[in-house]
Amino acid sequence: MEKFEKFTGIIAGIDRPNIDTDAIIPKQYLKSIKRSGFGVNLFDAWRYLDPGEPGQDHSRRRINPDFVLNKDPFKDAQILLARENFACGSSREHAVWALLDFGIKAVIAPSFADIFYNNSFKNGLLPIALGSELVDQLFSELESNEDCQLSIDLENQVVRNASGTEMAFEIEEFRKYCLLNGLDDIGLTMQHAETIKAFEQQYYEKLPWLK
Amino acid sequence: MAGKTLYDKIWELHEVRRDDDGTALLYIDRHLVHEVTSPQAFEGLEIAQRSLWRKRSILAVPDHNVPTTGLELGITDPVARLQVDTLNQNCDKYGLTEFKMGDVRQGIVHVIGPEQGATLPGMTVVCGDSHTSTHGAFAALAFGIGTSEVEHVMATQCLIQKKSKNMRVTVDGKVAEGITAKDIVLHIIGEIGTAGGTGCTIEFAGEAITNLSMEGRMTVCNMTIEAGARAGLIACDQTTLDYVRGRPFAPQGEAWEQAITCWADLHSDADAVFDREVVIDAQDIAPQVTWGTSPEMVCAVHQRVPDPAQEPDPIKAGGMQNALDYMGLKANTPLDQVFVDKIFIGSCTNSRIEDLRAAASVVKGRKVADSVKLAMVVPGSGLIKQQAEDEGLDRIFIEAGFEWREPGCSMCLGMNADQLGSGERCASTSNRNFEGRQGQGGRTHLVSPAMAAAAAVKGHFTDVREL
Ligand code: SF4
Repeated sequence: MEKFEKFTGIIAGIDRPNIDTDAIIPKQYLKSIKRSGFGVNLFDAWRYLDPGEPGQDHSRRRINPDFVLNKDPFKDAQILLARENFACGSSREHAVWALLDFGIKAVIAPSFADIFYNNSFKNGLLPIALGSELVDQLFSELESNEDCQLSIDLENQVVRNASGTEMAFEIEEFRKYCLLNGLDDIGLTMQHAETIKAFEQQYYEKLPWLK
Repeated sequence: MAGKTLYDKIWELHEVRRDDDGTALLYIDRHLVHEVTSPQAFEGLEIAQRSLWRKRSILAVPDHNVPTTGLELGITDPVARLQVDTLNQNCDKYGLTEFKMGDVRQGIVHVIGPEQGATLPGMTVVCGDSHTSTHGAFAALAFGIGTSEVEHVMATQCLIQKKSKNMRVTVDGKVAEGITAKDIVLHIIGEIGTAGGTGCTIEFAGEAITNLSMEGRMTVCNMTIEAGARAGLIACDQTTLDYVRGRPFAPQGEAWEQAITCWADLHSDADAVFDREVVIDAQDIAPQVTWGTSPEMVCAVHQRVPDPAQEPDPIKAGGMQNALDYMGLKANTPLDQVFVDKIFIGSCTNSRIEDLRAAASVVKGRKVADSVKLAMVVPGSGLIKQQAEDEGLDRIFIEAGFEWREPGCSMCLGMNADQLGSGERCASTSNRNFEGRQGQGGRTHLVSPAMAAAAAVKGHFTDVREL
């Protein structure tokens, strides 16, 4: 996993609560056995006017001109802004892969579905939970088109707009540490292999029918 | 000191280690695997040259992509076939237990785990699928994980976890005649909302819950994720033991006796304290029908489609209007005047024998309405299909005009050919009514099996109790 560096990027907003994983990446694309290539189908049903299938040439499909990620400058968005309970629904990590593959590095919303939140960190995507009022503020800034840029500084846990206003966010220490250092969870857990083995020994003595 | 909740107890039993900030390693007993969320995990292991920690913890089955007709042709969609073939190859390569297509034990992963006794009380159960919450019906701590975590469990038998909050939903009293587990859980979601359980493990309790069969309990726990919680739990009792006893993967003889002594403690202590408590009166629950594109957008069948103009919160009102537009519904339309094009009885929520019996008892001697284009029943597993056929349920469905299909996820998510066309409206016993869930432009109304059967007969929603 790459280290999560401080960056400034374009922010695009989708003003809806409960955006579900079926909307982020529809099921027909889950048939892939790869982790890459999902970006062209991010928000597929909203982004295109015609139905899509895996394997087809998506550049020839009819684009929905009204959808934010089809407009300039949001085509190059690196930050997504949404309402509460973002990415509810299935456990599909493809939702995270699709966002990353499109170029999104951080998602800001008042709240996230648990599984998605977890999946994000495993792939280097930063979910930022900000209070509803702050999210409101960001949406209205976007609307008045004051600026579409935002800086994300994970180290200091702040989001900064072009006029310099800072918004602080919370994040668990361990998750932050892993993101900043690009650490792989499995490697970290393997350092405890002996502890796991010792655990198993007493565990199966206690619960022998599970052995 | 306050007593412990069921969740506390199972958690403690499985905690391998914990850091000061609460980040813990949780030991996993059972790992269920299917074709959609596993290929990238197996590939990851290979690239990192890691081995599987405990192969016998894994039970694998293809379900999401499998066709429900013409099995002799195999999977005709090459992309889907590759995914199932990849699962087969991975399982063969590592020597994992897999119920392949054609095996009578094959079916939806959350149906076959309990059916085989692979899900046991007190276990931790994970699967790369959010409806793993289903297994909580057995007093097992069960939750869905992403593909990276699938790989993590394969390599280490553990997950990095932080303990969630304890929440309890108590459904007091008895439900009225004809009210099913699906109505209970849809009603709960309508009350607490789809984010109502976020960050929590929900224990379901109360008379209306303990009165449920294991099938009913699975239906309730299945939809815990729709209430925002990763895991749902129900205490272990005699109903649980009666269901588990004698199943292929369940302990036998002396081991069984040992196990049930231990399982006797799988309930929350009387003085346990929950971070959040919700109490619902069972008498308030009527047959439920969802009207929107989120499971919390649900009403009793005799109510009207809500009016966004009456909603004070502008964001909510906007969400409601979006949903009505997508669903092709007008505010204030009585739900029992909404006509449907298709009927789907199946999915890990409602495809077990009891669900099929409930639906069959409604359609028996009746016919699917002419206006209904397709009505289908997709049993949850090959074994359920067999049992239903032994009981003659297939005949009842077929004579009424239903299609009787092979087991799989089918139109719950429409990864195979079973899909809604754009604008088609479906009475579905599945768990998600998201936009496009059952096919692009498709309109899903979630209901119980009995209510789906009643809609099939009438052509529109109707209170099954008045049929
Ligand atoms: S039946 Fe539906 S919800 Fe259940 S595992 Fe299959 S796709 Fe998921």
